[in-house]
Amino acid sequence: MSELALPKIDSSILNRKTEIVKILSKLTDRENVLSEADELRPYETDALSVYTQTPLAVVLPENTQQVSDILKYCHSENIKVVPRGAGTGLSGGALPLQDAILLSLGKFNKILEIDYENKCVVTQPGVTNLGITHAVQDKGFYYAPDPSSQLACSIGGNVAENSGGVHSLKYGTTTNNILGVQMVMMDGTICRFGGKSFDQEGYDLMGLICGSEGLLGVVTEVTVKILKTPEVVRAALIGFPSIKEGGDAASEIISSGIVPAGMEIMDKALIEATDNFSKAGYPRDAELLLIVELDGTASEVNELIKKVEAICKKNNCSSLKLSNSEKERLSFWAGRKAAFPACGAMAPDYYCMDGSIPRGKLAEALLEIKKLSEKYELPVANCFHAGDGNLHPLIMFDGNDKEQLRKTEEFGSEILKTCVRLGGVITGEHGVGIEKRELMCEMFNDNDIQQQLSIKKSLDEKNLLNPGKVYPILRKCAEEGRVHVHKNKDKFPDLPRF
Amino acid sequence: MSTKIKINSRIFQDSNNVYYPKDETEVSDLIRELYKQDSPTEIIGNNSKSFIGNKTQSANTTSLSKISGIIDYRPEELYIKVKACTPINVIERVLSENNQELAFEPIDFGYIKEGKSNKGTIAGYLSCNYAGSRRFKVGSVRDHVLGFKGVNGKGDIIKSGGTVVKNVTGYDLSKLIAGSFGTLVALTEITLKVLPKKDSSKTVIIYPSNFEQIYDFFNKLSSSSSEISGAVFIPEQSKDKDFVAKKNSVFKFNDLKSNVSFIAFRVEGDKISIEEKINNLKKELELNNSDISTLDVYQSEPFWKKVNNLEVFEKTEHNLIRIVIPPANGLKLCKYLENNHNYFVDWCGSLFWIEVNSKKEEKIKDLKKMAKDFGGYLTVIKTSSDYDYGEAIFTVDKVRLIISEKVKQSFDPKRILNPGKMYRGI
Repeated sequence: MSELALPKIDSSILNRKTEIVKILSKLTDRENVLSEADELRPYETDALSVYTQTPLAVVLPENTQQVSDILKYCHSENIKVVPRGAGTGLSGGALPLQDAILLSLGKFNKILEIDYENKCVVTQPGVTNLGITHAVQDKGFYYAPDPSSQLACSIGGNVAENSGGVHSLKYGTTTNNILGVQMVMMDGTICRFGGKSFDQEGYDLMGLICGSEGLLGVVTEVTVKILKTPEVVRAALIGFPSIKEGGDAASEIISSGIVPAGMEIMDKALIEATDNFSKAGYPRDAELLLIVELDGTASEVNELIKKVEAICKKNNCSSLKLSNSEKERLSFWAGRKAAFPACGAMAPDYYCMDGSIPRGKLAEALLEIKKLSEKYELPVANCFHAGDGNLHPLIMFDGNDKEQLRKTEEFGSEILKTCVRLGGVITGEHGVGIEKRELMCEMFNDNDIQQQLSIKKSLDEKNLLNPGKVYPILRKCAEEGRVHVHKNKDKFPDLPRF
Repeated sequence: MSTKIKINSRIFQDSNNVYYPKDETEVSDLIRELYKQDSPTEIIGNNSKSFIGNKTQSANTTSLSKISGIIDYRPEELYIKVKACTPINVIERVLSENNQELAFEPIDFGYIKEGKSNKGTIAGYLSCNYAGSRRFKVGSVRDHVLGFKGVNGKGDIIKSGGTVVKNVTGYDLSKLIAGSFGTLVALTEITLKVLPKKDSSKTVIIYPSNFEQIYDFFNKLSSSSSEISGAVFIPEQSKDKDFVAKKNSVFKFNDLKSNVSFIAFRVEGDKISIEEKINNLKKELELNNSDISTLDVYQSEPFWKKVNNLEVFEKTEHNLIRIVIPPANGLKLCKYLENNHNYFVDWCGSLFWIEVNSKKEEKIKDLKKMAKDFGGYLTVIKTSSDYDYGEAIFTVDKVRLIISEKVKQSFDPKRILNPGKMYRGI
């Protein structure tokens, strides 16, 4: 991998390790502070496991006051802090620093209140995304954003990354589904933004925190909106003989006024890979596969399905299958959710990219990626959240071959630049972290970045909270930025990634 | 000609010393010069909502009204990119041609100000972040902004976001700009998410007998999987006979009883699913046909316009208060208001519009305390001419104010843009 510039190490902090650990142990329980090499190892990386660093110490506070005390202490002593949720992030946002303590919210794992009358759940940040839905589903409610790692990722991490999921076109991302947060600033100030009511007056500080990748504060409590589970959910599996026809059908579905709950596209390479891997029964002769999910009342869904069917037939679909049971609907998704491991089975390594493009540019983007694939002589498979324009090309390569690794990095960088050129962005849902840090200047100019840095400075004047992430250290546009999985050893191999 | 000379030569100005920059470069030049001169400016668009908020403490006025026009509209991509002061009417008309709309249902504040429609510009809406009746289902203005461009208090042109819905690149400054009352950035360009218009709508009217029943209905409506897209309670009880008469004349529909309190809820979609949802809801709310009235699409659409135009408070000379609280506390607030205030309730029980006339400051103070105790906030949207601002018109706590000051500092260190419009010190 390329060299990764990280903030300059403060050796005085390293020299004071014993003293720091002692004080941290007083601020929380001794058992909550980890400082031995073997204790620190599990925390050396997040799900961008190609980068590892050993933190100075790991501290696992148990309540908001302890978080505040720890941050206040670190602030006064100029000790850097890297916050961490479940560590499932794909962009290295929770990568430790050698002279920083890693603040894990792992002990904040309780749901504090389920309030059906106000349709919300108040939870600690370490509760998993799916844990919230599990807590309310017996009453027919759910929490809408569904990142693929929802089984393991924490809601606090979701707030930090503004996580999406396959249903974000219709239901929005995290920022549209939370009502309030409690958080602690780097100087130890405990604050509350929002609550159980809509649209807090004044600056939308909750909106600023959501997606700030742990640079502005540490979230210690989240109030999320819950929705009533739709009466009926059905999916359609549609094959197309060409990329263009499938892409056009997806665009036409949207422009006809349908807002599907989810809409996914896979290219031929991925259809084959996933079908081999998970035996999902996908149409292997298709060049492009479209999965459309619709929800609502029974007649609403029937009506929408008729419209989707008509549009797909008009665009020469080669096959069309509708789910007639919940089991069948889930089977349609099984292959799609196995996309990442399926690629892992095909090559020693793969890189997962995460760009967003305007929906209508899909055919153009895929064609460009195909050309690049030929240029770099590396196979690529593509999946695409067609509902919201989020593209995940998976580049397959052999990491032991240094030349291939170099080419893969270049290839990936060119893909993200293509996304920007087509009117899109360099990250749709995985975050910038350290992974796409150097590509920020593809999207933003000096003024834009200075304004963002200025906000950071106003809320964390000493730049102690998660430094070195999101913003380029040397303001250079280098080639960095993808998820590298070696020998299918994803840090979380059991999590579906889509 | 240097910017300074240009500004002083009044190229930008009209006879009332209002600056009218024509594009983002001119906005940038102007603000950069004002920054150098330490000379704050009020920022206005078409002046339709400038009565909301405190009076700014500034020597200059900058109107962005010339920065208007549609830049890029992609119906199939569900976005529209416009110059910041494009009138809402223009945007709505263009969207309507493609059967699309701004789903957050912009409130028309023209009626309370001057008794007629004046929706103003999209920059104004974004700066206030006040959404209409559909808010509790689809989100507010802030949830429909994909990106923006503007000029900060130093004169730098900055941007954030883009045109795609999924975008986590950098801080989400669009959210911060929403509801900032022009105190962070002079907006020059806004990209909005647009959504297809629903085929049709119907509104069902229920006549509840007491407050408990109202909130029981609200709770059942918001808990149903048969989605509604609006639910209001319009009370009949008020000591103010003029208000009752006004209410009855505004909500005069063939199929709606007059001289009674009522809940109205809206169901949107295709015609078949509307019927299905209404039938489901009738069962869930245990309603018989004899208990309800139904407004068909031709009555339903104007009904919700009147709600979102705040027409019952047309040309009000009193203080108009907006309170948002969690819906479960709405019952307590309704009981407090009883028949002593002119008010109505929107957002399925969580948004209150209240008129306060006599003993205004005392009452506003009480209401603000109540709103805060209930987990919400109060804003005085329109002040009476004798209001002396003894009670702040916004709600903010100490910690949030300190953080807001820091954020303001990062955009506008010399407080050039709309100083004092929201809070003192910002």
